[in-house]
Amino acid sequence: MSRDLVERRLLAVLRPIIIVTLLVVTVFPFYYMVMLSFRPLDSVLQDPGALWPSWGEIDLDTYKEVLTPTADGGQGFLTFIKNSLLVAVGTVVLTLIVSIPGAYAVSRLEFFGRRQIGALFLGVYFFPAILLAIPLFVFFTRIGQRGTLTGLLVVYVAQVAAVSIYMLRNYFDTIPASLEEAAAIDGCTRLRAMWHVSLPLAMPAIASNALFIFMIAWNEFLFALLFLVERRDNWTVSLGLSQLAGSIEVPTTVLMGGSVILTLPIIVMFFLSERWLAGGLTAGAEKG
Amino acid sequence: MSLSGPTAQAPLTEERESAPAQAPQGRSARGREDRRIGYLLISPTFVIVAVMVVLPILWTFSLAFQQVRLLNLRQTGIFGSYSFDNFVAVLTSPGFVDALVTTLIYSVAGTACAIGLGLIAALALRHPFRGRGLVRAAMLLPYVAPVVAATFVWSTMLNPQFGLINHYGTSLLGWSEPIAFLTSSESATIFGLDLHVSNALFSVVLFEGWRSFPFAFLFLTARMQAIPETYAEAAVVDGATPTQQFRYIILPQLLPTIAVLTVLRFIWTFNNFDDIYLLTGGGAGTSVVTVRVYDYLINRGDIGAAAAQALILAAILAVLVGVYLKAFGRSEEVA
Repeated sequence: MSRDLVERRLLAVLRPIIIVTLLVVTVFPFYYMVMLSFRPLDSVLQDPGALWPSWGEIDLDTYKEVLTPTADGGQGFLTFIKNSLLVAVGTVVLTLIVSIPGAYAVSRLEFFGRRQIGALFLGVYFFPAILLAIPLFVFFTRIGQRGTLTGLLVVYVAQVAAVSIYMLRNYFDTIPASLEEAAAIDGCTRLRAMWHVSLPLAMPAIASNALFIFMIAWNEFLFALLFLVERRDNWTVSLGLSQLAGSIEVPTTVLMGGSVILTLPIIVMFFLSERWLAGGLTAGAEKG
Repeated sequence: MSLSGPTAQAPLTEERESAPAQAPQGRSARGREDRRIGYLLISPTFVIVAVMVVLPILWTFSLAFQQVRLLNLRQTGIFGSYSFDNFVAVLTSPGFVDALVTTLIYSVAGTACAIGLGLIAALALRHPFRGRGLVRAAMLLPYVAPVVAATFVWSTMLNPQFGLINHYGTSLLGWSEPIAFLTSSESATIFGLDLHVSNALFSVVLFEGWRSFPFAFLFLTARMQAIPETYAEAAVVDGATPTQQFRYIILPQLLPTIAVLTVLRFIWTFNNFDDIYLLTGGGAGTSVVTVRVYDYLINRGDIGAAAAQALILAAILAVLVGVYLKAFGRSEEVA
């Protein structure tokens, strides 16, 4: 048998094995999360190796407990969801309000310092988040806004605005300037041309950008931890889950319910918009 | 995915300054108006970034040279007494060098894992098959899922009492006792080979590989799709075996992308706080510098030392990335 044939046969066997392994490794933790959230803690302790819940033990009490307000003996995740939504939606709206005009300006208009501003926005993002966290922590402590959702919101907007500008600018660059020039000849001013010509064309990019910002704000942990940890009523879902995960009183299965609540919106959004977002992820990515 | 996302695309695409149409004579009025509107449109972002990002970074320098504690915060201003005390204290404090070494091991190993796995995944999914789109989407799950949920599931799976991994490890693989993956500082071994890092550090590196490989996978897949079919066809005609094709056709095409990925992943892993804080809290030989900064800031309330430590971290990162770019930069810049 020639080397070529050996390799081909070997790869023909290896490829499906690798694909299945990768699939199991990526998907299984999420399956495990959902499965545990439906099982009572006792049966998990008795049979930790079960790969699916047995009939009869499936119950939704974990979700009931996790969502019930603390006053009624639950974990109060409904409040956390409300806080997370407020911050995430607020971040999306405020960021888009400042970044759409900004992206348009950087893409279309020649003004002094345009390159420098682009470089500044980019360079800032290779700074360690923890470095930025120190002065912001001190600042918001001093002005007495550290425990508030507003403070967190302002920090989020500042952090994502530049990324958002970068992603949107790339899209504006692909819209032919001639369209606006045509509008200009018809007597449109710059701002009117932007509003009536380029903005509608950029809608798909703006929508995917909005989803992307929402995901960043919803998932964020470090600043939520630094700002809100002392104010349980202001906890986000991420923060609430991380704080309760440390305590022994809350059963793991109940917190798995919380994990599902935290993860599900993101996964649903991701699959709904996968086509849009795959590009966005590589464009906007993360900073650990 | 944590908060601020640097635009990974930036280094990949050449800085695309789409030159706005050269304003012909007589349209300079419009050019002037453009400048004015340009400033108007960019200023909200500029102001918020300047106030919430740039000024705070500058302020960090001021804090790092002063004796600022959470308790005396209200008395501290810009004009305090400046000294190098914080830097001296941080550099000579016990555990700082260890934390630095841990950070380096974590960053290098985590980056290598992420890119290696990403490459394997990209190669395995190169040829179309039914359901490939869905598999590709599933590959991205670890990357988009909230870090808190991902770490919580991992720590549950790795739990010594009721974790799935230890259950099957002891019942199927014949482990003599459960392994405390996230709290054991014992040296990790694979197939009897001593790795000289703690079990916990080994686990967080694996987590980093799991969580970040989709990022490398996305980039490498995109790059692979851009390789012209004719290259592979020509190689087949010349009798190249699959591994030879990979070695001489595909890999050279991917190298620039891998170089860029290395820089990006290294920076983010080096700066990573969430994953280790949530998985181990920095215990059992996983105390990286970012977790130490947090500890100084919150638990000890020593803001000055925290700031000094964060600046040292940023400086080391800048030097490392600078050296890397100097060594491999120029020739592989265009990816």
